[in-house]
Amino acid sequence: MIGTGILKGMAVTARNFVGSYFDKERLITVQYPEERDPLPENRNFPFLLYDGEDQHAGLRCVACKICEKECPPQCIYIVKSEDKKPDYMGKPQFYPKVFDIDISVCMSCQICVEVCPFEAIKMDKDFELSKRERFDALLLRKDELSKSNEYYHKIHPIEAAAVDKNLADAAAAAEAKKKAAAEAAAKAAAAKAASVGGAGSVPGNLTASPKAETPGSTSARAPTNSPASSGSSSTPASS
Amino acid sequence: MSPTVETLEAMERPPVTMGSRIEGELLEVSMGPQHPSTHGVFRMNVALEGEIVRKLKPVFGYLHRNHEKIGENTSYLGSMPYTDRLDYFCSMTNNWAYALSVEKLAGIEVPERAQYLRVILAELTRLQNHASLLGFLLNDMGAWGTPLMYAFREREKILDLFESLSGSRMMCDYMRFGGCRCDTPPGWMEQAKKIVDRFPRFIHELEQLVVGNEIVIGRTQNVGVLSPELAINAGITGPMLRACGVNYDIRKVDGYGFYPRFKFRIPLGEHGDTYDRLMLRVLEMRESLSILQQAFAQIQPGPIVNPKVKIRAFRPPAGEAYGRIEGPKGELGFYLISDGGPNPYRYRVRPPSFINLTVLEDLCLGHTVADVMVILGSVDIVMGEVDR
Repeated sequence: MIGTGILKGMAVTARNFVGSYFDKERLITVQYPEERDPLPENRNFPFLLYDGEDQHAGLRCVACKICEKECPPQCIYIVKSEDKKPDYMGKPQFYPKVFDIDISVCMSCQICVEVCPFEAIKMDKDFELSKRERFDALLLRKDELSKSNEYYHKIHPIEAAAVDKNLADAAAAAEAKKKAAAEAAAKAAAAKAASVGGAGSVPGNLTASPKAETPGSTSARAPTNSPASSGSSSTPASS
Repeated sequence: MSPTVETLEAMERPPVTMGSRIEGELLEVSMGPQHPSTHGVFRMNVALEGEIVRKLKPVFGYLHRNHEKIGENTSYLGSMPYTDRLDYFCSMTNNWAYALSVEKLAGIEVPERAQYLRVILAELTRLQNHASLLGFLLNDMGAWGTPLMYAFREREKILDLFESLSGSRMMCDYMRFGGCRCDTPPGWMEQAKKIVDRFPRFIHELEQLVVGNEIVIGRTQNVGVLSPELAINAGITGPMLRACGVNYDIRKVDGYGFYPRFKFRIPLGEHGDTYDRLMLRVLEMRESLSILQQAFAQIQPGPIVNPKVKIRAFRPPAGEAYGRIEGPKGELGFYLISDGGPNPYRYRVRPPSFINLTVLEDLCLGHTVADVMVILGSVDIVMGEVDR
């Protein structure tokens, strides 16, 4: 009989309509600004990670410019510093004097995160980014981009734990290597002769764990740090 | 008294109207590029005799964004996120096709778990692509909104899976040369299984909406008939080719990935009309579900990416490769020529919907303007892929 197919279809729509009052699966929308669905570990735009309290001292980025080179839409702009300062492992490294990401150009592809050898750049999940200014507001400077490791742990708990483990492993491996090298050097020095007595003390200093050295180096870093931070803040003002 | 055509004609009808039938004269109508049912910015110049289409000239390029030239100027990895933007409904299969051609070029092995994950993601993509296509097709026929919203409700569940896996709903950028970017988060596989188990309910509902519906039958049967000879000559692939009864599925023909390990059938149409194209997609969804169930049963934990592949400074040896997969819309292929440098010398995409669109005029001739929309919908195009 003609019309039965349409009636069947209408029964489906009626079932969906009535069901939407009882079945959570048939009504999946939420009233957005008031109600929010929990977000999975998604990604949108990159940010820079720092360890510890100070966002200038603890910045992991060493301005190697790999992300700038690999970024497909080329939205990253980095100016490398002239001087070096100790990083989180106490090794003297360059740091970015200017680090800009134009997130109106960024396409959230995560390639900068993948190519970064220092685990310094990660993906954020903050999606409410509308700004009232038209031009500069979505061009994020270094200060706006740097976010703490705690924040990273909050937005991507699983990934952040894995990253921390990798870094700790790398640090431990580096330390073990250093220790072995120092021991070998000490052995060689001991085997060579007892002619230079003071030579043994230099590797001895190196093995005295870098952790103990870090607080000393942060205080030593303070004077080098202040011109760096003033330099980075003066550059956007002048440009 | 309500106005009829006669009274209108006497009172306010302009002397020459669009669509008035003048023997032997054609009226050229420009449909699009912003017509609400044209599936993106696509324009058709249609020459009409009355309401009958006598000529049809597709005009495209409004969404052209130099995809292939960009691909030749970025690194191999840098092209991967751009492939998401080709057919933005099925970024996972686009990733796979590109990864496959680079793997062919550089001779990279893919670990077992990554192969299974790729099959799972490709079939989930096929499910959500076909579901939303059916919704759009019914939308074109005048079933405003309702079936489309049901389809999008199911699609959204699959996109949630993609989001929790890759971090993004549509621009997944998930596959890498020699595997996938990251392993599944805990609980992902269980959630995927649950969604796949619940999916037949949606297909059943959709069938009840569509199969016996007199309006759907009236609008689609014997509309836009494509003959198998023309389909083969024009290089049509995918569901459109199988709807005219040609048994050609690259999953079976090439057996790329781990598809030879799965038991599944290829649904075939008989008449090649719009109704066959519509129902073939419903049948394909059922086969995809069976592949997914098998993949969930077979997948084992293991490494997700080939550790030999370098992320930075990836340079495949000089040579050329063509990798193709059965995308939800048809054969999606990437042709690469490498000169040993960090970026491809030539990067060419063979997009299924662009080539399927070439027979649009042959399908539409002799039908009415309203049928053009339905036929265009059944071709299943995404302008991001057509224009590139």
